[in-house]
Amino acid sequence: MSGEILTPKTEEEAAAIVASSITAGRRLRLSGTGTKSSGFAGESSALSSLGLTGILSYNPAELVITARAGTPMTEINAALNEHNQMLAFEPGNWGVALGAPGTQTIGGIAATNQSGSRRFVSGAARDSLLGVRFVNGKGEIIKNGGRVMKNVTGLDLVKLLAGSWGTLGFLTEVSFKVLPRPVMEKTLAVQFSDDTAGTQLLASAMATSADVTGAAHLPAKAVKVLAEAKLDEKPTSLLRFEGFEASIDERIKRVKPYLSTQSGLSVIAHEHSRRLWADMNDLALFSGTADRHLWKLSLPPSKGIETALALSENSETNWFADWQGGLVWVECAPEQSGVQSLAAQSGAHATLMRKGSGTGGQSAMFQPLPPAAAALSEAVRSSLDPHNVFLSPMNFASSNALAA
Amino acid sequence: MHNIEFLEPDARVIAQRESIVSRLREALPADCVIDDPRELTPFETDAFTAYKRLPLAVVLPETTAQVAKALKLCHQMGVPVVPRGAGTSLAGGAIPQEDAVVIGVSKMIRILDVDYANRTATVEAGVTNLAISDAVSADGFFYAPDPSSQLACTIGGNIGMNSGGAHCLKYGVTTNNLLGAKLVLLDGTIIELGGKALDAPGLDLLGLLCGSEGQLGMITEATVRLIAKPEGARPVLFGFDDPEVAGACVSDIIASGIIPVAIEFMDKPAIDICEAFAKAGYPMDVQALLIVEVEGSDAEMDDMLKSIIRIAKKHNVKSVRESQTATEAAQIWKGRKSAFGATGRIADYICMDGTVPLGQLSYVLRETYKIIDSYGLQVANVFHAGDGNMHPLILYDVNDPDKAEKAEAAGMDILKLCVDAGGCLTGEHGVGIEKRDLMLHQFNETDLSQQMAVRAAFDPGHLLNPSKVFPLEMTARAIETKSAA
Repeated sequence: MSGEILTPKTEEEAAAIVASSITAGRRLRLSGTGTKSSGFAGESSALSSLGLTGILSYNPAELVITARAGTPMTEINAALNEHNQMLAFEPGNWGVALGAPGTQTIGGIAATNQSGSRRFVSGAARDSLLGVRFVNGKGEIIKNGGRVMKNVTGLDLVKLLAGSWGTLGFLTEVSFKVLPRPVMEKTLAVQFSDDTAGTQLLASAMATSADVTGAAHLPAKAVKVLAEAKLDEKPTSLLRFEGFEASIDERIKRVKPYLSTQSGLSVIAHEHSRRLWADMNDLALFSGTADRHLWKLSLPPSKGIETALALSENSETNWFADWQGGLVWVECAPEQSGVQSLAAQSGAHATLMRKGSGTGGQSAMFQPLPPAAAALSEAVRSSLDPHNVFLSPMNFASSNALAA
Repeated sequence: MHNIEFLEPDARVIAQRESIVSRLREALPADCVIDDPRELTPFETDAFTAYKRLPLAVVLPETTAQVAKALKLCHQMGVPVVPRGAGTSLAGGAIPQEDAVVIGVSKMIRILDVDYANRTATVEAGVTNLAISDAVSADGFFYAPDPSSQLACTIGGNIGMNSGGAHCLKYGVTTNNLLGAKLVLLDGTIIELGGKALDAPGLDLLGLLCGSEGQLGMITEATVRLIAKPEGARPVLFGFDDPEVAGACVSDIIASGIIPVAIEFMDKPAIDICEAFAKAGYPMDVQALLIVEVEGSDAEMDDMLKSIIRIAKKHNVKSVRESQTATEAAQIWKGRKSAFGATGRIADYICMDGTVPLGQLSYVLRETYKIIDSYGLQVANVFHAGDGNMHPLILYDVNDPDKAEKAEAAGMDILKLCVDAGGCLTGEHGVGIEKRDLMLHQFNETDLSQQMAVRAAFDPGHLLNPSKVFPLEMTARAIETKSAA
C-alpha cells in the first residue's frame, strides 16, 4: 500500500535524500517504525529513521540520554532500567492498539509528543526533550536545544519539532532528560455507582499535597479488562502514589479524608499497580478491535469524563480517561460523527489515532485549526519546509485535504 | 561598557516621530501614549543597566484590542517595536532603541479566571509572577516558576524569556507550566493558543513563544498551570572545605534517586558577601555551601533529609545546619536570596547564566576561577547546582572603564567555556543583546538562519525587538535582503 522506504544510515545521507527529493519533486513521508501513521500512509515514499540507531551518550549522573532517532524504545528502556531511571512522561507501546505492532522508536516518540500517565504532573515528551538534530525541508542539518536541563539560547525549535508529526523536519538525534525511577508505587482505587462522580474525585485528589502521579478513571467495562479481577466491575477512579513506601502510605492516608466517604476504597499493591498503569499506557483496552475508530481527546480535565459519557450516549464505545480527565481515549464505530465538534465545544481537540477498517469514517486525523492559527502554522511550516517536501498528516493549508 | 551595538536607527522613522505619536494617540486613550522625553527615561533600559537607549515613544495599553491597534499601526508605519514586561531582564531583552516604540503591559494586571477544578489561572500579561501565587495561596495552590525577580517581573516577560528559578529542578520552567496564551501578531491579528487542556492542537506554537524574547508577537493573556502546595518544605545547609567535593555531593544526591526541589550552590566569595549583608549565620570557615530543599510531610522530609545528610557525610561535609521551623528555613534561604542585591551593594557586577551538564560543574567552576584570575578580577558564584545553571557574578567598577571592559570580556570567555563543556550560553536569562554575538559559538550559521526563518514567519520585516537574540550582522543582512527583494 505504500511506496519505497528509504532508510539512510547517516544524517548526511538523510540530508542528501531530502535535497535530491526537492529536485526530483518527490514528496517524503517521515517515519520511525510507522506505528502511529499506518492508516494514513498512502502511496508516498517514506524516509525512515530505522537506519539511524544507537544510544550516543548516557551518563546516569547527568540525567540525560542522547540517542539516534531510530533507536528502538526497547533499547532505550533497557538502558534506563539498568540504572533505575526512566523517561518521566512514561511513553507506552501503542503499536498493538494502533494496528501496527512493532517497537516504537525514540524519534517517533519525540515527533508525536507521545506521553503517558505521568504527563499531567511531570510534563509531556516535549517537556523532557532537551535537544534535537534534524534535517529540514531544504536538506540542511539543523541542531537546536542541547543536553542541559535549562536552556533558553535562541528560538525553541525543540518544542516545535516535538509533536509535529513529521511536518517540519526529519529527526536524526534526540536528547531526553531522564529521572530516577520511583522505587515503589501503589494505587488507591475508588469505586462508585456512577462515572460522573470521578470528575470531582480526581479534582479533589489533585488539590491536595499528596503528590498523586497518576489520576485515571475507568468505566465498569474497562475495569473488567484492566483490573485482573481484583476490583468490582464498577466505575473506578485510580490514584497512583510513587516513592518510598513509608511516604506512599502516609500520602494515601493524607488524601483519604478528601475523598467521598461512601466510596469503596482499596489499595492496589506495587506489582499489580505497575502492570495496571503500564497496560493503560500501552492502550491494552483497545487491542484487537481494528474495525473501529480510536480517538484521543485532549481536554480541560473537568470535561473529560462528561465528554466520554456524551459520546457513549447513543452508541457503543470503549473508553477510559487519564490525566485527571485531561486525556480521553474513545473507541467507537467509524460512523460515529461529531467527535471533533463535540470536543471543540469543551475547549478540547480530538485526534483520530486509528482509522477503523469498518465502513464509513470520513475523518481527518487532526482537528482543523481556526483560520488565523492555521495561517500562522502554515507560515511556520513553510519556514522549515519551503519546498513542501514533507508529506504529513497535519495540513494547515487545507484542513480537509486528508478527509478521504 | 559600550561594546554592544544596536541596529542603526532608521532615520526615516525618527523623522516621522510626530506623526507616529499622533496616530497612536488617535487610536488609543490619551494616557496610554507617552512621548515626553522625561517620562520616557524609565523605559530607556532594563536590569542590564550598562546600556541605555531612549525610545521614540512608549505605549501602555489596557486591553488586548489596544495592543492589537498599536502593533498594527507600528507595522503599517514600519516602526520597530520593543515589547516590555517589568523591565527586569538581565540580558537587555527590554532595552529599546531610538527608532522604536515600546509597548508595555504594565496596565494589564487583571487576574481573569482561577479554576481549581482544572488547576489553571488565566491572567493578563502584566500580572506579576508572585501575584499569581498570592492569589491562589490561601486555597492551597501556587504557580511554580520562581525567578529571583518574581515580586516585579510579569508573566508576559516570563513567557518572553522562558523564566526559571530556584525550584525548577522539580517543577520545570515557564514553558512547562504554560497551557494557553492570547497572542497578538504584528499585523494586529489576535490568536488564541492552547487553553485549559494539557496539549494544544497543531504545532506547538506555545512552546515556540516561550523564550522568543518578544520577536514573534505580544502575549496579552496567559493560562498557567496551578499546583497544589506541598505539605511543607525544608532546606538543609551544608558547608564543604572544597567546592569540587560539594559538586560531587550533588551528583550523588541525584544518583541516589532523590530529586530535591532545589539544590543551590555558593562559593566562598558569595558566602562572604551574602553573610555580611544578610547575617544568615552561614559558616565562614568553609569554601562552599549547598542548600538542599525537600518537600513533603514532616515524616517524608525527615526521611529524605536523613538520606541526604548521610550522603553529605560520605563527602566529609564540614557543617550541617537543619531547619525545624519556618523561621529557621527562611534564615537558611535569606543569604542565598539576597545574593544579587548583596553583591550589588559592594560592587557593580555582571551576572552570567550559562548551563553545563551536571558532570562538568566542577571542571567549569575551576576554569571559571582561572579565567577571572587571568583578567585580575573577582567573582562570586551562586547557582542552581541541581540543573547545572551557573551564575558567576563578575565584580567590577562601573567607573573604571578598563575593569568594565575586562569584566565583559571575562564573561564572554566563561560563556564560551560553558558551551565548550557541552552546555549553553543562557539557562534562564535569555540572549537579549548581551549574548547575541556569541550565538555563533553555540550554533552555526545554518542553525541560526533556520531560527531566523521561523522568526520571519511571524515578522518578515524584522520590526519586533530587532536588535536582539541573533548576531547583529546576521539581522542586518536579513533586513537588507528583505528590503532589496
